[in-house]
Amino acid sequence: MKAFRIFTAGLAGLVLAASAHAAGDAKHPHAPEGGWPFEGVTGQFDQASLQRGYQVYKEVCSSCHSMKLMSYRNLGEPGGPFYDPEYPNPNDNPYVKALAAQNEILSPTPNDIGEFDYRPATPADRFRSPYPNVNAARAANNGAAPPDLSVITKARHGGASYVYSLLSGYPAPDAFVEREVDGETVTYVDMSKLGGHGGHGEEHAEGLLRLNPGQYYNPYMAGDTTPNYLGDPRHNPPGGFLAMPPQLIEGRVEYTDGTPATVEQMAHDVAQFLAWAGEPKQTKRKSLGLAVMVYLGLLTILLWFSYKRIWRNVEH
Amino acid sequence: MSGHESSYTPTNAFTKWLDTRLPLVRFAQDTAINFPTPKNLNYWYTFGGILAVCLVIQIVTGVILAMHYEASVDGAFASVERIMRDVPFGWLLRYIHANGASMFFLAVYIHMFRGLYYGSYKAPREILWILGCVIYLLMMGTAFLGYMLPWGQMSYHGSNVITGLFGAIPLIGESIQTWLMGGPSIGNQTLQRFFALHYLLPFMIAGAVVLHVWALHVPGNNNPTGVEVQDVKKDTVPFHPYYTVKDAFAIVIFLIMFAVFVFYAPNVLGHADNYVEANPLVTPAHIVPEWYLLPFYAILRAITFDLGPIPAKLLGVIFMFAAIAVLFVLPWLDTSKVKSMRYRPVAKQFFFGFVAVCLMLGWCGASVPTDPVIKALQGKPTLVVSYTDNGDEVTSEYKGGAEAYEDAKSFMDSLPADASPSLSAVPAPTFQFKHLSLILTFCYFGFFILLFFLGLTEKPKELPESIHKSVLKRHKDADAVATPAE
Repeated sequence: MKAFRIFTAGLAGLVLAASAHAAGDAKHPHAPEGGWPFEGVTGQFDQASLQRGYQVYKEVCSSCHSMKLMSYRNLGEPGGPFYDPEYPNPNDNPYVKALAAQNEILSPTPNDIGEFDYRPATPADRFRSPYPNVNAARAANNGAAPPDLSVITKARHGGASYVYSLLSGYPAPDAFVEREVDGETVTYVDMSKLGGHGGHGEEHAEGLLRLNPGQYYNPYMAGDTTPNYLGDPRHNPPGGFLAMPPQLIEGRVEYTDGTPATVEQMAHDVAQFLAWAGEPKQTKRKSLGLAVMVYLGLLTILLWFSYKRIWRNVEH
Repeated sequence: MSGHESSYTPTNAFTKWLDTRLPLVRFAQDTAINFPTPKNLNYWYTFGGILAVCLVIQIVTGVILAMHYEASVDGAFASVERIMRDVPFGWLLRYIHANGASMFFLAVYIHMFRGLYYGSYKAPREILWILGCVIYLLMMGTAFLGYMLPWGQMSYHGSNVITGLFGAIPLIGESIQTWLMGGPSIGNQTLQRFFALHYLLPFMIAGAVVLHVWALHVPGNNNPTGVEVQDVKKDTVPFHPYYTVKDAFAIVIFLIMFAVFVFYAPNVLGHADNYVEANPLVTPAHIVPEWYLLPFYAILRAITFDLGPIPAKLLGVIFMFAAIAVLFVLPWLDTSKVKSMRYRPVAKQFFFGFVAVCLMLGWCGASVPTDPVIKALQGKPTLVVSYTDNGDEVTSEYKGGAEAYEDAKSFMDSLPADASPSLSAVPAPTFQFKHLSLILTFCYFGFFILLFFLGLTEKPKELPESIHKSVLKRHKDADAVATPAE
């Protein structure tokens, strides 16, 4: 009987664990070495990293990806990359003003004579979108519209670790092989040369993976590699294909704080920035949570003793 | 509203005046203060109070969220994120509301299993149980409507699946589906009506809760022994302060668990895809409902065969609705005169089995139907070479390790050029989730059928004479264990 109850309780745990199921057959994303500073109950964002992350977004990602839910003022809000305690209202923060003014946007409101002009953005404006609409975005990118990045870390299993792993997980240039097939040049990824970081001792796939024109292979991308894999279909490599070529190449940005711009560093910074942008209030949430826990804990103790006292003369 | 005699006496001129016009104070005294409650209620009985708190939390946060929400396909997703970012403590309201739905269901499931275990659905509490089932049904409707509102990928495609269920009904199904959606497909009009109904249903729940409490207060609480109150003085204590303090303690413990989710894992019970704005043209790889609907989703998908003229899809819908409908007739399905499973040794075993079946159905609902239940037991996939031979489709199979691949490869090379061979891996046949779901579906319904026959044959243990005596006996036993052989 007791064993049965324990079995049932175990099942409950299993079911709860199973409902948080893993995604597809892609490689499991991993956090950078040392983990994320913002994780855990008392986690905080690394402000310098957020600033670098914004720089990577601005100089690399923003040429294709929008962040429609973000305004420039968010950058100067408490917990944000450019928060300055001297300016509690981020709209007054001169640095945020200057960052906003670097972007020329089409004003969302008409001018005095009813026309829409281009003007430098103010902190109150939304982040500039690279394309006027999704059709334009699709047309400019081989038919695949780049997703909006505002909540990307909440919209993918693995969150910031997924962004980090994807951006730094493309095959190295020496893994590509070109061959002539029926008079056309076809690019393959040589899976045996795909080593590198993040391998959890899993068996390495052998053989070649054919790349369709305009498609790029990434082991962390959800998808199916079977149709393109020239090898034993029982051991097709993890991951899938996406329309975004590798973006972070060493030295792609020149960090203003002098940090060396390695691929891992840039991926780390931009992933942290996106994790912040996905939920700017998350550090506030955790700190309020701590106070709530303390309060509820004290209340529990009080109620327990009240209960004991009230029931002391009643057999039950 | 209560079955016991009123013990309220107005003390001053105003309360006397009020008592002859609107006996509000008398009503409150009789239902929430002096109400005689069995003194042996355990912590499983605190979930009624916990559920009342859940309903209030959902309504209060929901009303405030509705002030900031925009029910339109262009603005819904952004307005939810605006609440998270720009509304003061909007993130807190939204996370409480979203996780509150899960907490509400967690509590209601415990509450229902408790009712099942202690036989709280039996005479004279059949109406009480049925009203509870009505509340549960309204809760599922409300939760489903609410899940649509963030207008994420799961919202959209989940709603598509659920409204599609009605399309499976013969003859009138498609008309009902169109009527529900307000058009040929889910769109702005659907979102607006779902929002309106999501605001309406909680107040219907509140109304049903009033009836539920009324129906509780006529016969009074059931209790773990299932023996009715005989002597109000010996068997019961007044609701206040005895149960107000016990419920309050349980509620705070529950709120701690609630707060852990809200503050430290607010998105763990949700699905990442719902943070992607709805796109009718892109279907998520696996559409799954929220966890609390998974067992019914598993039953829906378990039926993959036609039964005579009934197509599989309709049969699945019938089984899914029957899984809920069976709860309504439970008071008449269970033939046993004994209420509490404490005194039903056989039924008790099956009760825990039933809990396990429900949990495993939830597991099946979360899994891909064609996935193996136990991956380690699945054999190696077979390599299949498909090619054309003189215009006919032919396949050739290879089993084994790396050498099978070599064999298949050399066989493909040996074929003539016009054979256009292709190689694929076919997974080995194994015990899949859809098979497990089907077995569990039969176990689910089997439990209710079994209750009918078990009540006729089972020999129950001896019942205590009264609540008071059972409490005394337990204390005596406990003392005997605590002070052995003095």
